Amino acid sequence: MSERIKTGDGGIILTNAEDLMNWARLSSLWPMGFGLACCAIEMMAAYASHYDLERFGILPRPSPRQSDVMIVAGTVTFKMADRIRRLYEQMPEPRYVISMGSCSNCGGPYWEHGYHVVKGVDKIIPVDIYVPGCPPRPEALIGGFMKLQEKIRGEHPLAPELFLEMQEGVPA
Amino acid sequence: MTFEEIKNILVAGFGEMISADEKGLQPSITVPSGSIAEICQFLFEDERFYFDYLACITAIDNGPGLATMELIYNLNSIPYGHELMLKIIFPRNTEDQPLPSVSTVSHIWRTADWHERETFDLFGIHFENHPDLRRILLPEDWEGHPLRKDYSAQEKYHGINVRYEN
Repeated sequence: MSERIKTGDGGIILTNAEDLMNWARLSSLWPMGFGLACCAIEMMAAYASHYDLERFGILPRPSPRQSDVMIVAGTVTFKMADRIRRLYEQMPEPRYVISMGSCSNCGGPYWEHGYHVVKGVDKIIPVDIYVPGCPPRPEALIGGFMKLQEKIRGEHPLAPELFLEMQEGVPA
Repeated sequence: MTFEEIKNILVAGFGEMISADEKGLQPSITVPSGSIAEICQFLFEDERFYFDYLACITAIDNGPGLATMELIYNLNSIPYGHELMLKIIFPRNTEDQPLPSVSTVSHIWRTADWHERETFDLFGIHFENHPDLRRILLPEDWEGHPLRKDYSAQEKYHGINVRYEN
């Protein structure tokens, strides 16, 4: 066993458990690997080597049971709506939803005459981050992920719910 | 084989009910809607035609005013290279009547199976003797046939509002 060299730089980081947990969670956001329309092409480009989402710890998982975040990338039809709801329910908590592109934000070009399109995926599941664009470029999706990371950084995973409810009543 | 020759053979075989329209970019032959399956079988089997490929089935809703619907069949013969546009026109149903009915051609060309399902799904045309006439694009519990002129979408689907609301 080699002797440990003492550099004086310190081998100890002081933090609190909440920040550490938040940092760990936001650094390994695993999205569910599924796409619905042309936005999914941009999403795939974001995963691929040019944009390389994996440098943020973001890699697609083949199962909702292993996913932290659902990217709704594309047009949500009524036929798909039940399936999306089911997939969302299969994800373990804490779970997040990124709505990518105009179609899943609000119906997009189908808002008026698209009898078959759900006018925003937020009609069926709660959405955390909206990424605008038709389709959004990979940079925009990365921007969405960074917004989500910001959101997770401000969460209190260890605080008792009652305490959080009391905090909400007090103006900051 | 020219369009004129195809027309003459059909008129000789199926009588004067057959009319040709040569004005448009693509000449077409309109046949009585009751005999579409019979005529298609003939065009498929006869050695002079050998229309072995059904390229497309198109439906047109002429609206409640004219109260007619049309079906257009585009046929190709791969060995001979000739093509033909067949049309049928038939009355449209009102809300309380059963769907208009046309006999299937899916026993002649397998590709017609899904073409006819799509036509049924979006236009509400019933195909007699079709092996599996279900909706193909829309969910099976959808109401109405969206590409009809007088279609208006349902209010809700599985608890979700169909229309955009601000």
